[in-house]
Amino acid sequence: MSVSTEGGAFAELRLDRVRRAFGEHVALRDLELTIKGGEFVALLGPSGCGKSTALNCLAGLLPLSGGQILMDGRRIDTLPPEKRGFGMVFQNYALFPHMSVRRNVAFGLAMRGVARAERIRRVDEVLRLVQLTEHADKFPAQLSGGQQQRVAIARAIVLEPWLVLMDEPLSNLDASLRLEMRNEIRRLHQSLGLTTVYVTHDQEEALALADRLVVLRDGVVQQVGSPEQVYAHPANRYVAGFMGYRNMIPATVSEVDGDLVAVDVGEVTLRGISRDRITENSAVAAIRPSDVSVADREGENTLRGQVEIVEYHGREQAVQARLPGGVPLHVRTRSRLAPGDSVLFHLPPERLLVFGEHS
Amino acid sequence: MTAPTTAPPVSPPGERPPGIAHRLAERGIDRVLLLLVPGVVFVVVLFAYPVLYGLQLSFQPEEGGGPFANYERFFGDPYLRDTIWITLRLAVPAALFNVLASIPIAYRMRGAFRGKRVLTTILVVPITLGTVLTAQGLISYLGPAGWFNKILIGIGLTDEPVRLVNNYWGVLFSLIITGFPFAFLLTLSYLSGIDPTLEQAAATLGADRRRRFRHITFPLLAPGLAITFCLTFVLAFSVFPSAYLVGLPQGETRVISIVAYESAFRDTDYPLGSAIAMVMALVMLVVVGLVLVWRSTMYRGATGGKG
Ligand SMILES: Nc1ncnc2c1ncn2[C@@H]1O[C@H](COP(=O)(O)OP(=O)(O)O)[C@@H](O)[C@H]1O
Ligand SMILES: [Mg+2]
Repeated sequence: MSVSTEGGAFAELRLDRVRRAFGEHVALRDLELTIKGGEFVALLGPSGCGKSTALNCLAGLLPLSGGQILMDGRRIDTLPPEKRGFGMVFQNYALFPHMSVRRNVAFGLAMRGVARAERIRRVDEVLRLVQLTEHADKFPAQLSGGQQQRVAIARAIVLEPWLVLMDEPLSNLDASLRLEMRNEIRRLHQSLGLTTVYVTHDQEEALALADRLVVLRDGVVQQVGSPEQVYAHPANRYVAGFMGYRNMIPATVSEVDGDLVAVDVGEVTLRGISRDRITENSAVAAIRPSDVSVADREGENTLRGQVEIVEYHGREQAVQARLPGGVPLHVRTRSRLAPGDSVLFHLPPERLLVFGEHS
Repeated sequence: MTAPTTAPPVSPPGERPPGIAHRLAERGIDRVLLLLVPGVVFVVVLFAYPVLYGLQLSFQPEEGGGPFANYERFFGDPYLRDTIWITLRLAVPAALFNVLASIPIAYRMRGAFRGKRVLTTILVVPITLGTVLTAQGLISYLGPAGWFNKILIGIGLTDEPVRLVNNYWGVLFSLIITGFPFAFLLTLSYLSGIDPTLEQAAATLGADRRRRFRHITFPLLAPGLAITFCLTFVLAFSVFPSAYLVGLPQGETRVISIVAYESAFRDTDYPLGSAIAMVMALVMLVVVGLVLVWRSTMYRGATGGKG
């Protein structure tokens, strides 16, 4: 299916120091971001970090407290939402309960004065795309969560908008449906090429879907980059924590040599990588549970720990051990361990990231 | 709302069939229902009994002439019959005005803003005034020697005072003042039951403020407005004190409750009074029934809000 954006695609959408405060509380602080036409951008962060605020500012549902939004150099943040031509998928779907699926999807077309025949054709087409043709005459309350979700998406994309905004669209679905809908969203983006800003608190979802990730914390951007960049090279310990670096071992910096750092954890010296030049003395050494392995003898970057909890996860075990300083160490391993074992763990230096404690 | 599935309970062979309590419970009948007893007694004593008593009384006319003589008299005598029209002419406009006026005000007052509580209080306070205070206020503001007329005469808009009390208008104003707080509170609660993201969604789909209201909010609010109309209508239809105090009880505001009162307590013709009360109830039932039939054609499901 070839679809061209109704008003013509844009080349870039620039958020220039976009700021939004609620009273004293600044929910979004000087957000700088340039979105290219056709791109899939994910805003990632925990609940309350300002993701919805950012999206609502983009949609025009919340006025900015500062900054501006420019589309190909033209200011759009002063336009009301109905004039922006952005499609939005709400977290609770916000389907019109008194309208059938067909009328829900046709609503935007009707508001734009699209002629009836054309309207029917386009609604049919998009319902086919989201596989809801046979449910066209049902009401939202008669649909399952996944189907409602697809109606919400169909309603937003039938207008072939400049930009599709999605606010945690999968968070109300159960796990298997979530995976299915994730593929669906990816497929729609690939086939329609609609520029998308996608909000989620689920790093896996963001990594799977996005061309580019924006990690937010308390309204402040922490890192912008491709999934590979953010996953492999988190900018700070906060992003690292979000990207699955579950182990954060307090350490003291003993030696810095470019990217390579040595830190002391109790008696042991660990070697790791630090992307930013570390200026602090106290640091954390971060590593993913799956990057830790069981060593058979003492050597470089090994730590001894006491196994406390073992969870069976099929092929692997999720193990929680305790290091001498009392710090927990989470490990995913295929080795069979049992609570009470004293085990030597290997933390590969190329996988160990060192961050300043306050980075 | 689906009824619990009524598949016959499968009991393995050799096991005793479920006891009577179980079978009743399966149909939703259990001891919790006993909690309804006080409510049922209350309704029977305070509502059903007076209605049935009045009904049978209305069929026993004082002056004989068959069971329907009272009704024949009511509908045969224009002095009595016309009160239906007189009352409707007051109650319907008052209820309509109250519902329609409460929509834009409640619409503006959704959501949180500074001073909301104060404003709500000001709008709702007339509930506590009661009809007598309202009547006093109306007379002193709108009466021939009231401020309103003084101002009109003062700025030369009129030479004669405009008559706004002790006629139709006085009663209508009184019904509006006492009925509006109810209509407003009800409308506000129905409105806050509508999920605000629905309008936001409509906005992102290109609907301006007017069309958001017309296509989204109004259709979802309409069933609530129908109920609001019924309640304010019933309140207004039984108007009594203000028809005396700020109306013209022997003329254009001779409402139905006045003639019922006069028959029963001035002429001590209880059966006729009862018959008039029955007619009054019937008219209200017909109006409310019509509105509810209209309401049943609307979408009445969930509106997704917190209410
Ligand atoms: N209408 C509002 N009034 C006051 N504070 C708000 C409002 N909306 C959001 N906030 C605050 O702004 C912050 C960011 O909220 P939000 O953007 O909804 O977070 P997220 O979508 O990332 O979970 C939160 O701390 C929240 O309490
Ligand atoms: Mg949110």
